[in-house]
Amino acid sequence: MAKAIVKEPRRKLSKAARHEELMGLLFVLPPFIGFAVFMLYPICFSMAASLASWNGIGPVFNRMVGFANYIKLFQDERFWKALWNTVFYMIGIPIGMILSIIFAMGMNRNIPGVRILRTMFYVPVVSSLVAVSILWSFVYNYDYGVLNTITKLLFGIKVNWLGDEHIIKPALVLFTVWKGMGSSILLYLAGLQNISRSYYEAADIDGANAWKKFRNITLPLLTPITFYIMVTSIIGGLQLFVEVQVMAPNGGPGYSAATVVFYLYNKAFESSYMSYGCAVAWVLTILILIVTLFQFKFQDRWVQDIS
Amino acid sequence: MAKAHVSGVRTTKNKVADIVIFALLFLCALVMVFPLVYMLAMSFMQNNQILSGKLTLIPNPWKFGNYARVFAKSSGTAGSFLTGTFNSIKVAVPLLIIGGFTSSLAAFSFAKLRFRGKGVIFMCLLATMMIPFASIMIPQYVMFSKLGWVNTLLPLIIPGCFGNVSMIFFLRQNLSGISDTLVEAAKIDGCGYFKIYYSIFLPLMKGALATQLILWFMGIWNDYLAPTIFLNNSAKYTLQVVIRTFNSYYSINSDYSVIMAASVMAMIPTLLLFFVFQRFIIESIAISGIKG
Repeated sequence: MAKAIVKEPRRKLSKAARHEELMGLLFVLPPFIGFAVFMLYPICFSMAASLASWNGIGPVFNRMVGFANYIKLFQDERFWKALWNTVFYMIGIPIGMILSIIFAMGMNRNIPGVRILRTMFYVPVVSSLVAVSILWSFVYNYDYGVLNTITKLLFGIKVNWLGDEHIIKPALVLFTVWKGMGSSILLYLAGLQNISRSYYEAADIDGANAWKKFRNITLPLLTPITFYIMVTSIIGGLQLFVEVQVMAPNGGPGYSAATVVFYLYNKAFESSYMSYGCAVAWVLTILILIVTLFQFKFQDRWVQDIS
Repeated sequence: MAKAHVSGVRTTKNKVADIVIFALLFLCALVMVFPLVYMLAMSFMQNNQILSGKLTLIPNPWKFGNYARVFAKSSGTAGSFLTGTFNSIKVAVPLLIIGGFTSSLAAFSFAKLRFRGKGVIFMCLLATMMIPFASIMIPQYVMFSKLGWVNTLLPLIIPGCFGNVSMIFFLRQNLSGISDTLVEAAKIDGCGYFKIYYSIFLPLMKGALATQLILWFMGIWNDYLAPTIFLNNSAKYTLQVVIRTFNSYYSINSDYSVIMAASVMAMIPTLLLFFVFQRFIIESIAISGIKG
């Protein structure tokens, strides 16, 4: 801060400052090289490859086909199905958020044992995604899964959770909510604990009821956290793959469970349509960029600035 | 309850509310962990019991042998549990040591040193957090196959050794709270920049670094997409790929007890770390949400 007052002449750095600059750059060089080699180069390469006809062997640029891959992609019914499924799964995001706010508010009281609750809700988050997907594919098993044992006991019916094209998506949504809710609860709980008591006391004096306090104090002051959860969950949601790969290895009945990444994985690594896969990857990247930038652009419309 | 009566209506009401809310939350939490508890129970059951379609949590009889059977299963195509575990460790250890070093050094530089282009470089790195692995996995695969790295653990180790962006971001945040005068004082004492990092700032960020390394370990341990792309020889499979192939191989003949026992064991390291370091992990996640 003192720097701003004693402004050094811009034209020439002292020897010491030059040394600092050199060392500073040197220390950030490894991550920068990593970024250039493993991110920037692949993403540019994939752009070029998506415009070629290439199966992964030989030079990429021998057969440039322009936007043919993209045109083919947009004409593939399966791609649209996968995209629609991916969007459908995002219903889980608001559902998870609403449940998390409710649970976090319940836990934001001075009750002993809250820590145990927090841990119990968080355990699915740290559990291996593959392992719990395996577990849930058994939970959803038609013949002897736990869920059907329960539904049979209570209602006398069995549900074809993973075998019915209309039920498999809600079933997977339920799974994603279960898997991820703990982390939203944790974030909301931290947010709630950050809200000063004095707001509520002032509202009490004004005679506000519980709903008004929630609507006008709690919810607005939690918007930065809601925003954070929304951005990260949508980025994550667009990349859903493992749970589908484990629970519906062939994409579910009528491809009703496949996601964009699932589609991409199968095209590229099962069928070796590498350049076609690159086109899918680019569509995915652009989708994520647009959605994320859109959210940042409109955040000042609803996210409270509480810094 | 009896006590609450004495201290007046208002507190009684509050206490009753507390108890009701706690009971409801506890019920929901039980529903949350029920599948995992059920998984643990199944791992000790006989397949007959699992497939009976009855709702029981108590194994009858207890089959501890399921776990031994996991180790015995090592048929070529499915991979073996033990090699899977070793492969995962072989990925995690160098990655955490080297990546932890490069990340913390970069974080120190971003937080405490002055150099031109710092903001731009930092923004470049942050932007990579938005780029999904799925978008770059094909070119990476091609690149690694040209290098002859496919079917080795190198594609899983080398990229991360250059540093982990979320870790750099978090540690930089953590260091920005420490006064710059420490650097100035050390400079006057004739300390080199690496020494300032190594003997002053590394000890200062020890706690945050350890927490980040634990979180990173969990990510490496549970990673599935990258290993499944870069490895297609069962001798090289990491643990998550092994249990996934276990699932596809042994569910054909409904050997669920062995699948569940393997899955339970695959989950133990991350769960154990979580239970032991819970306080730090939760704190660091809460911070990333508030500051992020």
